[in-house]
Amino acid sequence: MTAVAPVPRLIEQFEHGLDAPICLTWELTYACNLSCVHCLSSSGKRDPRELSTQQCKDIIDELQRMQVFYVNIGGGEPTVRSDFWELVDYATEHNVGVKFSTNGVRIDEKVAAKLAASDYVDVQISLDGATAEINDAVRGPGSFAMAIRALENLKEAGFKDAKISVVVTRQNVDQLDDFKALADNYGATLRITRLRPSGRGADVWDDLHPTAEQQVQLYNWLVAHGEGVLTGDSFFHLSGLGEPGALAGLNLCGAGRVVCLIDPVGDVYACPFAIHERFLAGNILTDNGFQHVWQNAPLFLELREPQSAGACGSCGHYDSCRGGCMAAKFFTGLPMDGPDPECVQGYGEPALAEDRDKPKSHLDHSRTGGRKGPIPLKLLAMPAKAPQKFCNESPV
Amino acid sequence: MAFDPDRGWQLHPQVAVRPEPFGALLYHFGTRKLSFLKNRTIVEVVNSLADHPDMRSACRAVGIDDDQLGPYLHAFGVLVDSKMLVAKEDQ
Repeated sequence: MTAVAPVPRLIEQFEHGLDAPICLTWELTYACNLSCVHCLSSSGKRDPRELSTQQCKDIIDELQRMQVFYVNIGGGEPTVRSDFWELVDYATEHNVGVKFSTNGVRIDEKVAAKLAASDYVDVQISLDGATAEINDAVRGPGSFAMAIRALENLKEAGFKDAKISVVVTRQNVDQLDDFKALADNYGATLRITRLRPSGRGADVWDDLHPTAEQQVQLYNWLVAHGEGVLTGDSFFHLSGLGEPGALAGLNLCGAGRVVCLIDPVGDVYACPFAIHERFLAGNILTDNGFQHVWQNAPLFLELREPQSAGACGSCGHYDSCRGGCMAAKFFTGLPMDGPDPECVQGYGEPALAEDRDKPKSHLDHSRTGGRKGPIPLKLLAMPAKAPQKFCNESPV
Repeated sequence: MAFDPDRGWQLHPQVAVRPEPFGALLYHFGTRKLSFLKNRTIVEVVNSLADHPDMRSACRAVGIDDDQLGPYLHAFGVLVDSKMLVAKEDQ
């Protein structure tokens, strides 16, 4: 061949979905030693239906066949599963690299040494305040000290490039420089992501999500410090604040296209922020395996169709933000084809001021007394189409 | 190592290639980085590196004309920088 055919932009390719996900999150358990107020999966108690060791290994075999090169393992607190290290070893032996998120509870000196010896395991420690005061208000008493101890153990053992994962809130947005310094101190990389109103996050989102002013502050910080800070492409709803391309990463909702979530019972959701029946694509055990769900689930096929800009169609910034995050809209009770609740043009605010029915997930594994939030009084109509958000880590 | 199209290159042994409708995904298990091969021609070149003594001849063999070589050589340079491609050691 001589002529070079015009290649559609990668983002357009991604919109049609890939043969296998790039950014696969796998939550191994709903059990957790903490009860963070913003937990995406309302974790706390183990679910009796959680996958067995063998069922997990079968999924890893399938991921290897599909060439899913790595998984982001989370929970709950994944390390409290008694077979956690067995599964990590099994995955890395089968060409499925592992990055796991932990609050640090099991990262003692011995575990840190084991982790330092592996090339294929990446560790992400969650921290939502650069001080104990701010962190523990969200993640619970003692959780700051626990995370710092884990980081110290990793550093001591010679583990290279741990990640410190921060959910940006109204309370910690002023600490971004402190987080960066903390990460530098431990030879770690800072990762900051957006607060989602998912799981228990729905109950605290109104109070915790950054104000409009803080969103601008966050955007400016990202533009100034974006190099060397991971975001999971979390903040592209902010991209309308500046020149196209000023924010690193892909401008795309990857839900069901390049991203999905496997939950502890083998249910597959469109993304980690969408544990709700509306975004449930199928179950690995009862729907012929993960590959079948990924490639054939009606929900995923729908998400891979061109999406309507809806009420955002006339906005000059639609190409930048694509209407924002579908999970953020859904769980704040906003229309799916309208603006993101944190729309930087301010279109989200009047929508938030109106009466909203916030859809509640059918799942809640919270330990004591369940979620505090209001219970919706009427059923929510199925949203028509589901727009955009992407969670991968700067893959290009 | 700087990219020299007149010598032989190969995929880093820790790099895997996953075919996709648009081309392929490259994943480096060592650096944990992803790259995208954005068309099938470049995938063909990458998959045939073992059969050619240098990058130019690998490109010619899949039909890339010399006057179209620029973007491809640039892309390979990027892949060398990110250690997806390494020099063949026997040269």
